[in-house]
Amino acid sequence: MMRKSLLISPEVCIGCRGCQTACKEWNQLAGVKTRNTGSFENPPDLIPTLYNRIRYVEVPSEADRQRWLFVNQRCMHCGDAGCMKICPAPGALYRTPEGAVAFSKEKCIGCKLCVTACPFNVPRYDINNKISKCHLCSDRISEGLPPACSKVCPTGAIRFGDRDALIEYAKVTGYAKVYGERDLDGLGALYAFKDAPSIYGMNESPAIPESVVFWNNILKPLSYLGIGGVVALALIHYVAFGPHKEEEEKYDEQHDKKDQRL
Amino acid sequence: MTNHWVDLKNADIILVMGANPAENHPISMKWMAKAQEKAAKLIVVDPRFTRTAAKADVYAPMRSGTDIAVLGGMIKYILDNHLHLKEYVVNYTNAAFLVNPDFKGPSQLDGVFSGYDPKTRKYDKKTWAFQVDENGIPKKDPSLKDPHCVFQLLRNQYSRYTLDKVSEIAGTPKDKLSEVYSLYASTGKRDRVGTVCYAMGWTQHTVGTQNIRAMTIIQLLLGNIGLAGGGVNALRGESNVQGSTDHGILYDILPGYLPVPSASLSDLTAYIEKYTPKTKEPKSINWWSNRGKYITSYLKAIYGNKATKDNEFGYKWLPKIDDGKNYSWLMLFDQMFKGGFEGFFAWGQNPACSGSNAGKVRKALSKLKWMVNVNLFDNETGSFWRGPGMKPADIKTEVFFLPACSSVEKEGSITNSSRLAQWRYRAIKPIGQSKPDSEIMNELYFRVRQLYEKEKGHYPDPIINLSWDYGEKDTNGKVLEIDIHRVAREINGYYLDDVYDKKATPPKLLGKKGELCASFVTLQDDGSTSCGNWIYSQSYTQKDGKVINMMARRDRTDPTGLGLYAGWAWAWPVNRRIIYNRASVDPEGRPWDPKRAVIKWKPTKINPANNKPGVWEGDVPDGPAPPLEAKDGKLPFIMKPDGVGSIFGPGLGDGPFPEHYEPLECPIEKNPLSNQYNSPTIKLFYGGSQAALPEDIFISCDVRYPFVATTYRVSEHWQTGVMTRHQPWLLEMEPQIFVEMSEELAKEKGIRGGDKVTVSSARGSLWAIAIVTSRLRPFHIAGTTVHQVGLPWCFGWQYPEDGSGGDSSNLLTPTIGDANTMIPETKAFMVNVEKA
Repeated sequence: MMRKSLLISPEVCIGCRGCQTACKEWNQLAGVKTRNTGSFENPPDLIPTLYNRIRYVEVPSEADRQRWLFVNQRCMHCGDAGCMKICPAPGALYRTPEGAVAFSKEKCIGCKLCVTACPFNVPRYDINNKISKCHLCSDRISEGLPPACSKVCPTGAIRFGDRDALIEYAKVTGYAKVYGERDLDGLGALYAFKDAPSIYGMNESPAIPESVVFWNNILKPLSYLGIGGVVALALIHYVAFGPHKEEEEKYDEQHDKKDQRL
Repeated sequence: MTNHWVDLKNADIILVMGANPAENHPISMKWMAKAQEKAAKLIVVDPRFTRTAAKADVYAPMRSGTDIAVLGGMIKYILDNHLHLKEYVVNYTNAAFLVNPDFKGPSQLDGVFSGYDPKTRKYDKKTWAFQVDENGIPKKDPSLKDPHCVFQLLRNQYSRYTLDKVSEIAGTPKDKLSEVYSLYASTGKRDRVGTVCYAMGWTQHTVGTQNIRAMTIIQLLLGNIGLAGGGVNALRGESNVQGSTDHGILYDILPGYLPVPSASLSDLTAYIEKYTPKTKEPKSINWWSNRGKYITSYLKAIYGNKATKDNEFGYKWLPKIDDGKNYSWLMLFDQMFKGGFEGFFAWGQNPACSGSNAGKVRKALSKLKWMVNVNLFDNETGSFWRGPGMKPADIKTEVFFLPACSSVEKEGSITNSSRLAQWRYRAIKPIGQSKPDSEIMNELYFRVRQLYEKEKGHYPDPIINLSWDYGEKDTNGKVLEIDIHRVAREINGYYLDDVYDKKATPPKLLGKKGELCASFVTLQDDGSTSCGNWIYSQSYTQKDGKVINMMARRDRTDPTGLGLYAGWAWAWPVNRRIIYNRASVDPEGRPWDPKRAVIKWKPTKINPANNKPGVWEGDVPDGPAPPLEAKDGKLPFIMKPDGVGSIFGPGLGDGPFPEHYEPLECPIEKNPLSNQYNSPTIKLFYGGSQAALPEDIFISCDVRYPFVATTYRVSEHWQTGVMTRHQPWLLEMEPQIFVEMSEELAKEKGIRGGDKVTVSSARGSLWAIAIVTSRLRPFHIAGTTVHQVGLPWCFGWQYPEDGSGGDSSNLLTPTIGDANTMIPETKAFMVNVEKA
């Protein structure tokens, strides 16, 4: 099967956030209690119940004209996916025939290694300590339907289709460089940018952390040999990434609690 | 819209001003993006750099309430540089018409037009009339040189709107003005077309009607009305607000834009005489000459068999407006505040948050004996008695809540901005005890009628004689269930008798008794036809004996490639997708731009309707008459008595040309253009002749309220948020009332983004979260720095229940309306902002 992907075009995006809402509707993700932090952008980051969101990037300029960029943030469905590389639980993260990086909450063991392995800071953990992220609506695309975000987009800022065709389309419509065309064996969420990726708040050259490569090549095979168990994983985690980031977890927990209330 | 949503893709230049479609009409941006793909340019003029501005090729900032200055400057630019489409202007507008030599404009009379009486705050419009020849036809100078011709008067008035002056008033940098003007005025050529999209940012001003007039003048000068990709397009703010206006929701119009009669028009003949425009111009179609047919057929629709020739078809039963009285929104709540009403139906609305000067509105509700709140959810209106500052024990108002079902729980039609009436179906049965509005009305009607039958009361006739034939009736005569198709058919109209075209010899049968009308063309003024709304006639029709619901059509073909989609649903009038489309061709009937031909005249092709040569091809033309220069040719603006577009518009109360006046509350002491500060004909609630209520106070150019403010909507919420604030997904994205301000103002006030601030006006105050942004910039107005802020009006105290959303920004807005329509001026007023 041809690899499928999204083509995200901030130049065409009007920031209406139909994508944000449609995703929550299809995936039945609870609304969370937020507050306005002095921006249209909300929630201020991806959370377990938010698989994609719009970042509102103001580019003020005295000389040039003011710009306000709307940039969709989500799992990039990397061809070479750090999360899949590091995941010690077989089948918890898997690639669909269409090329999406999907997940199984049943098989996830809650180790959070994928969090640290992701070059785009995408995976989140839900209240049951299970992975939570965009799965490219794997349950829709397997039936030949476009992902919910792409389906509702009024201006075609999120297009879904054969990856090669989307790259071709982007180039024909005047985007010389397609972000994610080659990085990480090609991203499943491509971006048509007019300017340098940094203007849109994107990493110029995304890469999987060295430690993940180390884990994938050396430690992960060992875990299959029976070192297994939570203690070993914790040890490996410590070796690879240092101690757990308590604050991050707190933030997630806070949101999970609020999820339940709403 | 004169045109339609899809048609935006056909434009070369799109001007968005007084609107924010990316946030409020997101789907329209699809068509704008398509136009931009084909090298069209999008211009956004707005006080804020909005989500629409983010997509614009050119963005120009302007201070709220200065649209006429900006547009007046464009009129001057077009005339100075001779960029108007002369053939269009001379033939299709009243530019060549000669006006009474005694007419004087604001350039001569320091801001007002001739005939102004400051005591009554009204104009005597005697000098605004056209000069007529011995046959009563307006005199014209096609060379446009006569000093009394409209074109020269226009030039004279706008000669004062120089770049310096406009920039001084609006705060728009001069180079930005020039850029906007030259780009937009490039559409004054045969093969270039520009369109304008506006919304409440233009209407909700004391000069709202004149804002739109100013753009209409520009569109007429550039020859952009009637063309694909052109027109003047009102982006309606609700999914069916076009439909509700068409069907007479406003106090002064009956369905189909028939005026509500005033008390002095005591009989039907007098009504028809007054509202049937006359013309001596032989080339004018003057469509409103059919007024008598439409009002008579309407009366037959509402009073049925009870409407007879002998009782003037029940004309006497129609409610009348007392002469000179105004029953618009502001007046209703003013009267309510003063104890003028016992009861109030708040049907599908939330005035406690949506009404300008909401604090006064909330107090007004407490003066009622009873209120019926018909809505999907309880809201700040139904629960006003337990709102902020209210003492429930002191409030005597009894509130009833009738749960209405939502649009997906009922069948019917919906009319969007494109005038497109689309049929929609019921997806699920109404939830709980909720009912469709029609069923609630049915229950109400039956009970009120029963009371009148039993107890008689004052003047029961209008209720007793009402026709209510919308379904099977029980033994008491109550309709068991409203059949919405019967309502649609009543709107379309029936032949009550065999109807003949008496002009034909022998008379030709137009329709058989009992059949649905083919279109309004067949309506009669003798009681032989019934039609609930003439402009919707043909929407649910009958052809060769077969009944067709035109609104349910779903043909996706578009043979012209212009996006007309003539087989998709049905647009009023008579499925015409672009109105005034006869102006899209030159006087010989050739499209101004053959690449975008809406219609074209085929002079030799045989017309099947009369077997004579000469027929229109394309969209449904504005009347079948040949183009102007052909034999029996007619003028294109068929709804205007003179047959032409009105550059000079003497029909309005505040002037035949738009003139810049400051908003009621503004930041400067003097109107830089004249000594006439505000619009001279607005009705003043405070400081006027009537006893002033402290609630109506306004304070202009005062250090206590130094910042210009405006209100708006956001994509994430709808109207006052009654339908969206209960939706956690939407609330998650836009949870709290905010106030947008520039970095410069924030610095001056020690405010950081995310801070809680207090925004106050002379009438009220509320807290809001500060959004500090480079998207708003201070203006340089009349030698001073003026800051502008903006707030959405989608929040209310009731929900979220913890009060975290804040309250409505309409607590700040003033009690003042447009000089013509009385729509409140919520888009320009003065506030203060302080860190809370």
